[in-house]
Amino acid sequence: MGDLNQAMVEKYRSSFLKEVEANVEEGEWVKMCMQCGVCAGSCPLGKHWEHSPQKIFMMIRAGQRDAVLQSDSMWMCTSCYNCIVRCPRQLPITHIMHGLAHYAKRLGLAPKTNPTAKFAQLFWDNLVKKGRVNELKLGLSLYFMNGFGEGVKTSLKMKDIGLGMLKTGRMNPMEMLGGHAVKDLSGFQKAIQKAQELEDARISKHGA
Amino acid sequence: MAKREYSFYPGCSSQKGASSSNYLISVQTMCEELDIQLNEIPDWNCCAASIGYAGGGELPRLTLSARNIALSEQHNPGQDIVATCAACWLSTREAQERLHEDQSLLAECNTALAEAGLKLKGEVPIKHMAEVLIEDIGYDAIKAKVKKPLEGIKIAGYVGCQTNRPFGIAGESFENPVYLDKLVESLGGDSIPDYEKKVQCCGGALAFSEPEKSQEMVKGIIEAAYDHGADMIVTPCPVCQMNVEVYQDQINATYGTKFKIPVVYYSTLMAVAYGRSAKDAALNGQIIPAKQLEALAAK
Repeated sequence: MGDLNQAMVEKYRSSFLKEVEANVEEGEWVKMCMQCGVCAGSCPLGKHWEHSPQKIFMMIRAGQRDAVLQSDSMWMCTSCYNCIVRCPRQLPITHIMHGLAHYAKRLGLAPKTNPTAKFAQLFWDNLVKKGRVNELKLGLSLYFMNGFGEGVKTSLKMKDIGLGMLKTGRMNPMEMLGGHAVKDLSGFQKAIQKAQELEDARISKHGA
Repeated sequence: MAKREYSFYPGCSSQKGASSSNYLISVQTMCEELDIQLNEIPDWNCCAASIGYAGGGELPRLTLSARNIALSEQHNPGQDIVATCAACWLSTREAQERLHEDQSLLAECNTALAEAGLKLKGEVPIKHMAEVLIEDIGYDAIKAKVKKPLEGIKIAGYVGCQTNRPFGIAGESFENPVYLDKLVESLGGDSIPDYEKKVQCCGGALAFSEPEKSQEMVKGIIEAAYDHGADMIVTPCPVCQMNVEVYQDQINATYGTKFKIPVVYYSTLMAVAYGRSAKDAALNGQIIPAKQLEALAAK
């Protein structure tokens, strides 16, 4: 991963914008931003992040590579799509935020302690395992993602919610043993693995 | 009336013992009453929702949805795909559109799908159940089936994000959709068209990873419903339902509020208004019981 990051730095030394356009999902839209700030004013988590989408887009053009890829702002996207429907130039901002977050993760630059960066990875690992999300295992892996001690504390805090879900049949302890899965698990996993290989190869080639 | 058939993508959270299993039960009841036949896509998989992007790049995520669409095209040919979960609908429709626009991405996707012996054509319309109700069935037909009007029940229509943006329901605005209000009125209930938090984000998946930030937003959603005198909140989205219902005790502990407002699905309301039992409406799936609906169902 570190090697890929270094390769990208060298390849795109003159333009971070070009790097984003070539390697980030929907990145080719970044230069269309006209800096109006509607996205910044529309984001429900606006008061919590440092960099609005508007800022991120300007920073990309200004070549502030590390500041963009290490930012935790993209990881605060709730996928509410307010920014997309309001953008006067129809930039797919939500997707660009997801794309930047994924690219930062791919290069090993994503903030290590951001809870959503961790949870999003847990979610992906969980769904790939069986083809369907196992909510019980996902919840427990979330509670324990910062170690055992904190996990026990969080579990206790969440106990009443868990009991409520259990009583209403909206949680099933038996999911710990296997749980729901796709039948053609091998075909499913081969297809996803192939997609991953194709994408990895495409991006590695850009860094070569 | 001839049965309408759809290729159905229920999604992970609707499975038995999962967080919106009650949604599926009430949807099945509603569909029985409306002569809608749901043909489940055999062996469907997770869509990666809106939070799978850390580990899953663009192509792997598109491939997830493409597999579901390909299975639907193979097993339920000619049928529109319908999803009840907002994230399932959004991911599937998004994948369909993006693969349609980008031929090289589509080619890569089909190379991946070939590993599972599948091929995507990508021509089938992908709908949310709300679209089926409003566009295919219509308010008049919905109203015609009502046996027990939701008289005197005031209901805040919480549309949320992903059923509303970026695609939304045809003819509705992103900022002030009114279809839930119209639906409530069709069922004989009292709607709150000027419920100002109707499209406020609940935090989505960040309710898990950033609970304080999410719960602060949920507090606003509930507070506004109370301010309008709502008896309950109705939503079309499993994530909205869960986030707004299950954290009320924690929100009360943080903010000193006394929230205890039921949050139901549109299908819950419809099952009760159509005269079906509490069990068929999955009222036993409410963590905060919807007592007015229970009373009506018992009548």
